[in-house]
Amino acid sequence: MPDAPGLELISQELDGVRAGSVLGTYHEHGQACLIVDPEAILDVLRWLRDTPGQEYRFLASLHGVDYLPAAPRFGVHYELLNMDRVERLRVRAALGDPGGDSLPQIDSAVELFPTADFQEREVYDFFGIVFRGHPDLRRILMPETYVGWPQRRDFPMGGEPVVFTYNEREVPRWFE
Amino acid sequence: MEVKREKLRALAPLEGPPPAPSDLRVRQLRARDLLRGDLEGPELEAHIADSMLTTNLDRVLNWGRANSMFPLTFGLACCAIEMMSIVSPRYDIARFGAENMRASPRQADMIILSGRVSIKMAPVVRRIYDQMLEPKWAISMGACSSSGGMFANYAVVQGADKFMPVDIHVPGCPPRPEALIYGFNKLQRMILGNPDPGWRRRYNADGTEEWARDETIGAPSAEALEAYSAARERLG
Repeated sequence: MPDAPGLELISQELDGVRAGSVLGTYHEHGQACLIVDPEAILDVLRWLRDTPGQEYRFLASLHGVDYLPAAPRFGVHYELLNMDRVERLRVRAALGDPGGDSLPQIDSAVELFPTADFQEREVYDFFGIVFRGHPDLRRILMPETYVGWPQRRDFPMGGEPVVFTYNEREVPRWFE
Repeated sequence: MEVKREKLRALAPLEGPPPAPSDLRVRQLRARDLLRGDLEGPELEAHIADSMLTTNLDRVLNWGRANSMFPLTFGLACCAIEMMSIVSPRYDIARFGAENMRASPRQADMIILSGRVSIKMAPVVRRIYDQMLEPKWAISMGACSSSGGMFANYAVVQGADKFMPVDIHVPGCPPRPEALIYGFNKLQRMILGNPDPGWRRRYNADGTEEWARDETIGAPSAEALEAYSAARERLG
């Protein structure tokens, strides 16, 4: 786990590699996180993977988050792990919502970490985040004919209302 | 030591008119002679006439169906753990003749929906049910497959009877094995009381066969195709 000064060092060096790639950092609950520009995500991941002294060679997890009231609405999290030092680093790409019917886009990390293949498909399936350059981007868990991105916060909950005594006047009942 | 076997003198009244069936002692002794092989001739005829149960074929068939059930080996979720234990010696559904779980739907005549049915699994379950041969019955086990249960969300079918006929709903989350056995006993009662084993006639669903009527069944909707191709285009 890089400590807070170590995280700042990483952030400074990354800014030297590509200016403006790091938007912010935070270090809490013993976890270090880099918030990066989604356009620079491949440069950041490649630098963290290949630079001597960093060498985060293992992508433990890749997942999407929807922070709906927040301004950059989506986040794609890359949980990196250095297996020699047992150090973990979270990289969060802050993705804005393009609005309308268009989907947010980010570069695919499959060429750097082959394990990202299925996990990016899952993020696409549930959040509708398109990964550019992914070899086979289609739904992985929901049926292929499904319409919508069900893990987004503004997606309707689904299900059916259950009749209890407190709402039996409002809920339409099948037997009537 | 010589065992002396002789016909029972209780048969003496048979020389005249046959005795009343209420003559229990006479029937008991006659049955004993039958087991010994000593009963023959008109006495044998009288014994058979007394002890045969007159019935009809449907009743016999349903009696056999209810007491020799072949469930399908099919688990959907956590309820399947409870379902597995009903064949264990502790609960022992062999007492009711349903211990022989078949691995093929072609050989099974009962399916237990043990767990939530996701919308991706529903066509699979329906196909398995369609592959079972008539007569067939279905038990919906637990809250999830009966009503969606706690999974009131986008991924789970809100009740398995939305896509297939279900005969018995067993409540619980999960139901204990005793509850499932009780539900199975209810199903046995239902089979014994209902002479019509075809589920379409049982549920007044004649004419709802969907095969070969609409060739587009199974194809995605136009809206889904459009959304899908739009997403593919964005990939560049």
